[in-house]
Amino acid sequence: MAASAMVGASGFGNWARLAAQQALTQDQLLEFDTFGNVSLIHITDIHAQLKPIYFREPEINLGVGEARGRVPHVTGADFRKLYGIDDGSPTAYALTYDDFSSLAKGYGRVGGLDRVSTVVNAIRADRPDALLLDGGDTWHGSYTCYQTEGQDMVNVMNGLKPDAMTFHWEFTLGTDRVTEMVENLPFAALGQNIFDAEWDEPSELFKPYKMFERGGAKIAVIGQAFPYMPIANPRWMFPEFSFGIRDENMQLMVNEARAEGADCVVVLSHNGFDVDHKMATRVTGIDVILSGHTHDALPEPVVVGNTIIIASGSNGKFVSRVDLDVRDGKMMGYKHKLIPIFSDVITPDPAMTQLIDDQRAPYKAELEEVIGQTDSLLYRRGNFNGTWDDLICDALISEREADIAMSPGVRWGPSILPGQDITREDIWNVTSMTYGKAYRTEMTGEFIHVILEDVGDNLFNPDPYYQQGGDMVRIGGLGYRIDITKPQGERISDLTLLKTGEAIDPAKTYVVAGWASVNEGTEGPQIWDVVESHIRKQGTVTVTPNTSVKVVGA
Amino acid sequence: MEFSRRETLAMGLGAAVMTVLPFRVSAAADDKIAEFTGGADMADGGITLTAPEIAENGNTVPIEVSAPGATAIMILATGNPTPGVATFNFGPLAASQAASTRIRLAGTQDVVAIAKMADGSFAKASSTVKVTIGGCGG
Repeated sequence: MAASAMVGASGFGNWARLAAQQALTQDQLLEFDTFGNVSLIHITDIHAQLKPIYFREPEINLGVGEARGRVPHVTGADFRKLYGIDDGSPTAYALTYDDFSSLAKGYGRVGGLDRVSTVVNAIRADRPDALLLDGGDTWHGSYTCYQTEGQDMVNVMNGLKPDAMTFHWEFTLGTDRVTEMVENLPFAALGQNIFDAEWDEPSELFKPYKMFERGGAKIAVIGQAFPYMPIANPRWMFPEFSFGIRDENMQLMVNEARAEGADCVVVLSHNGFDVDHKMATRVTGIDVILSGHTHDALPEPVVVGNTIIIASGSNGKFVSRVDLDVRDGKMMGYKHKLIPIFSDVITPDPAMTQLIDDQRAPYKAELEEVIGQTDSLLYRRGNFNGTWDDLICDALISEREADIAMSPGVRWGPSILPGQDITREDIWNVTSMTYGKAYRTEMTGEFIHVILEDVGDNLFNPDPYYQQGGDMVRIGGLGYRIDITKPQGERISDLTLLKTGEAIDPAKTYVVAGWASVNEGTEGPQIWDVVESHIRKQGTVTVTPNTSVKVVGA
Repeated sequence: MEFSRRETLAMGLGAAVMTVLPFRVSAAADDKIAEFTGGADMADGGITLTAPEIAENGNTVPIEVSAPGATAIMILATGNPTPGVATFNFGPLAASQAASTRIRLAGTQDVVAIAKMADGSFAKASSTVKVTIGGCGG
């Protein structure tokens, strides 16, 4: 099948025009001329956000190598120009970062799984046998998720009735808990790259793929879990499992599914966008990659050869609908729409609202307690420091009496608008994890440099197969210069201790506080307690713009 | 640089991996190759080396080699102080000319596999395996 023979359409242009009229309705958001014979519904990287939130998309999202300047590495005005989005429109608010605080006040919160349920139900009304596919990072990222070890998310997601799921942060619940949950899932738990670590053979708990009969066609859904789980997250929590990209095995699974009669092959992926893009050039026979992990939201599919890649954002902010025309063992065409979940526009599904509130009820008082206020927009997403991380680093330096603070370059965590209260739930939304202890240690200047180079290569290695999909480690108390075009060992320079303005001495020892260590036995208070204590002392927090990272080669 | 056990455990982003640059191919690796091939040219096809792009644990990295028709396959970790890993010899009754093993890598480096074919020719495959401190993903 030649790509040019494929009929492709995206509902995006229509949506943008409607959005510009400033009179968004649920019908407009859901409007879709049902196409072909198969529908896929994709949601990914929910990070346990049951309720509507604010989520600011990145300002800085740099691509290197072949990905330089290519979507999703386009932001702000360039992104709006690329897709013909009007400044100040709901679309601009949903997909770009500029003017976020004022647009957020106008257009309101996004997400909420009760709103997602309304969208899913509407698509199922059009196409009763639509496949709902969850790309993972579902059982992680909130107060209630931590307290219930993911049970709140399982209960609510079961209410949405997904058909299959793949995984990443779920494994940080530990092998025993993940095994217990997966064994009881009423849908398929998939991952062709989840292996038994001891025998280096496919895991028996996770099937590589599942065949679905939909619209008179056989649809194979192959799972691809996050490849670098034991590297990016603590290996000691799930030592029984091994991952990796495993292109060769993916090709074998595609071939096996085709031999079993699959008319269409869908990969439900947690690779991250650039890894998926490369995989589409190396593995043949994949029709659709539903891409997760890097939290990108793209209003149109990216076409690579005969494969389309769909990126559906994060935190419950978007749902993608992909209709396919599958005939005679081929995907003949597709139609796609990235549906933004404007929580004030989409009516919540009352049964789901009740189910969500039931999960939260035992913790209501703790969740809602106001810890402080903010004068500044608090956000995380972006390759370098976000204001949430600056606040967390300030808390670490102040509460742990450190020279330098390090905060992990994760991509999850909703935003808080200027003037908003900061509740305990808000703090947990940006810190919750099963290895959140805030360590305090000494590091030499040389070792700090090594860490920055190592993490920098995980983000800016020109070959996406050597990237891990996180952002740069966030640093407090330290300035540096990074040239993203250089190889590992040459990117980072001009390390400066901000409190004295002096250059970092490679031989000297500095007190460093941080959190989310992947090492077993890390000691210290939980990061959310450190941040809560700091915010309480501040009352109202103000985060000044961070200009201590100089980026070169962007 | 010295770390007490306690400090090492408390370390922020990973074990005390102290190297920044990928390890270079050691002279010992070139010597090993010359010894195995006698300096003959090596073809690019005919041998498949499967290795992870990033090692989950640099102390035990699973790799696989396969070279149909080979009489021997040598594996080198070109950046290790002692680059020789293994040489597998296949007799005429061997059902397949493939092997898998686990190797220890001192740091990011190229793993090389060279097959000696029945006709005396050689084939080579190479794969970069990154060893990283980790953390900060996702």
